[in-house]
Amino acid sequence: MITQLSLGGLALRRGGRLLFSHLDLTLGAGEAAALTGPNGAGKTSLLRAVAGLVGIEAGTIGFGGLDPAAARAEAIHLVGHQDALKPGRAAGEELAFWSAWCGGTAASAQAAAERLGLSRLLSLEVRRLSAGQRRRLALARLLAAPRALWLLDEPMSPLDAAWRQAFGAMMAEHLAAGGLILAAAHDPLPIPARDVEIRG
Amino acid sequence: MSRLYRLVARETALAWGRGGGPLVAVGFYAGTATLLPLAIGPEASRLAAVAPGAAWVALALASLLCLDRLFERDYEDGALDLLLLSPTPLELTCAVKCLGQWLAAGAPLALAAPVAAIALGGELRLAPLILACALIGGLAFAFVGGIGAALSLGARRGGLLTAVIVLPLFVPPVIFGGGAIDAFAGGLPWTGGFALLAAYAAAAVALGPVAMAAACRNALS
Repeated sequence: MITQLSLGGLALRRGGRLLFSHLDLTLGAGEAAALTGPNGAGKTSLLRAVAGLVGIEAGTIGFGGLDPAAARAEAIHLVGHQDALKPGRAAGEELAFWSAWCGGTAASAQAAAERLGLSRLLSLEVRRLSAGQRRRLALARLLAAPRALWLLDEPMSPLDAAWRQAFGAMMAEHLAAGGLILAAAHDPLPIPARDVEIRG
Repeated sequence: MSRLYRLVARETALAWGRGGGPLVAVGFYAGTATLLPLAIGPEASRLAAVAPGAAWVALALASLLCLDRLFERDYEDGALDLLLLSPTPLELTCAVKCLGQWLAAGAPLALAAPVAAIALGGELRLAPLILACALIGGLAFAFVGGIGAALSLGARRGGLLTAVIVLPLFVPPVIFGGGAIDAFAGGLPWTGGFALLAAYAAAAVALGPVAMAAACRNALS
């Protein structure tokens, strides 16, 4: 269980370009941070660096004393622009697979689907879902398997107003349960979150 | 464990999903095998002599067909990221994906191999050995092919690049398997070639996933 995320003097380089440097951030249990900054500032890269998917140029990424490999293996959810859903598979199959892959159960996947209003869509192929429904299906992973740190990349962009509000409530519950959220967002998050501006 | 079982099931389902990938590969295989007599000439004795070898080479080529989407699809839609964020080591994940590939595409192709050899005029008594070689060779093709598929991640026309990377690595199993079948047909000791084929497959299964995982990590970063 991650209880703290600390970035110290972090610098990221992508494709030969230094995105940002000297980024410091400490996030405790129950806290959220909203990453802001212009397109291409490095918000997505920062999320991927925390997830261990891309290397860092300088600095440290700490998970409150937890071994980074263990933290990334069991305690991090990543919901990015790409939803990791296969167009030809049924929505329910995809949710069941990712739920199990992330350590959830069939029951928790079912509950997550209900919470995100997907129950009646589960038999449909993913290709038949709208962008908002697909995003909800991706977000259902967050609830299907409990993991402490949520890394969200523009999680709400395709959602309508009602679902933005509903997802805000889910994020608030996650924080209340001691979770952490690091989200890249152009619109303000519907939860109390620290603003972290990413600048070159 | 259930995680890995689910991954195999998903890989197989994806391979057989829309478009029926493995059936296309079998169709390609049948097509290649049909073209051969047209080029070599219909003379039965000449054809029978090359039948097992031809069936074997065509199998190697058909194995390439399903490889290009092995990692590419997961790389493009972000699934590879999530596969990484798991207690399952990426090496094991890659191995399981290749195993799924073998079950979905390698096994149907292996079943088609003796049929193709016999259709070309090969002797019926060779069928069991051809099947065994195709099954074991298919394992090598899937795991070695996976390395090529992972290395060509993100490249334009990745499928073609995969073929170019992988074909040289297909040389040893083609030689060993073809040699074993040829020796058996001629009444010579054949177990040597067969054992070498199995050894190559074992090495591919053991070492391939390490290379694939490294190539995937490199493609993501």
